Amino acid sequence: MMIQIENLTKLYSHHPVLQDLSLHLESDRIIGLLGPNGSGKTTLLKILNGLIRHYQGFVGINGKAPGIESRQMIAYLPDEPYFEDWMKVSDAIRLFSDFYPDFDTAKCLGMMQRFQLTKDMKIKTMSKGMKEKFQLCLVMSRHARIYILDEPIAGVDPASRDAIIDTILGNYEPGALMLIATHLVSDLETIFDEVLMMSNGQIILHENAEKLRAEKGMSIDHYFREVFKC
Amino acid sequence: MEKINFDPKFPIYLQVMEAIRKDILAGRLKPGDKVPSVRELASQLGVNPNTIQKALSELEREGLLESARTSGRFVKENSEATRQALESACHQLSERYVQDMLDLGLKLEDISAYLLAYLKTRS
Repeated sequence: MMIQIENLTKLYSHHPVLQDLSLHLESDRIIGLLGPNGSGKTTLLKILNGLIRHYQGFVGINGKAPGIESRQMIAYLPDEPYFEDWMKVSDAIRLFSDFYPDFDTAKCLGMMQRFQLTKDMKIKTMSKGMKEKFQLCLVMSRHARIYILDEPIAGVDPASRDAIIDTILGNYEPGALMLIATHLVSDLETIFDEVLMMSNGQIILHENAEKLRAEKGMSIDHYFREVFKC
Repeated sequence: MEKINFDPKFPIYLQVMEAIRKDILAGRLKPGDKVPSVRELASQLGVNPNTIQKALSELEREGLLESARTSGRFVKENSEATRQALESACHQLSERYVQDMLDLGLKLEDISAYLLAYLKTRS
């Protein structure tokens, strides 16, 4: 099992953000992590990536707690860009290639071409959408075993979304596990094998995507709206 | 392949099958043509690779495609299944058309006359 979580609880000043959450995820599938804002998606992903170290319960990435070893295995796209303002695109590429042995520089440059990103660009002068696209290129250029993408299309205009989806599907390592958190369900639902729905720090549904559509007789987007109706 | 406008109420693999079947019947994919790889189709259509895989193996089971061990998947040549698929597609479309006309209260002979007259305007 690639990702194994047992009875995970995370409190922020006595308030539970994740509550007794258990989850098992296998390789070779693309899984949508769906839930409204504040349901705990980003916290869960940060724990998987070793960015939050204090929690109760068991979290295993290929059997081991998140740490340096698992970071070499997971390509992670955080919900907010983490570049430093002084950097040029070429600096960020060098950083990735120094830090991750599985980073493929040629692949990255190829992907960037499509989005008209060049090595000499300054991070400071890039738009939000450009930064997100660049970050996606970096992440998808790793030959990783797990990809974790936190809202990969939220910051780009709708016209670029197809290109982003195409980039994700065309470049991830075959056989890898991909976990994508999103609230833009209709744009992404055709790429999921399985969907997870999160509410109040718990997984309330884990189901095969096609089966869910067949059982409910509606799109996953439609079902999502029913479940989380205000 | 061209983008498909999916109706996500229904299983995606069936809609992928339908689109490829149509391309074969309409001759956009010809007997002996290589079908794009699972990867390529997944990217082009924005669909999960396992879903594409399922659609392709179902089409293989139907006899529209065949796979060569190392070189990929091809549109089957001289396929009885392709002829049958065309026939069944024509049958379904005719059935739908006739049923719609019957629902409007027309009789079979009226439908036939109407269709002949319409076809004249097309040619």
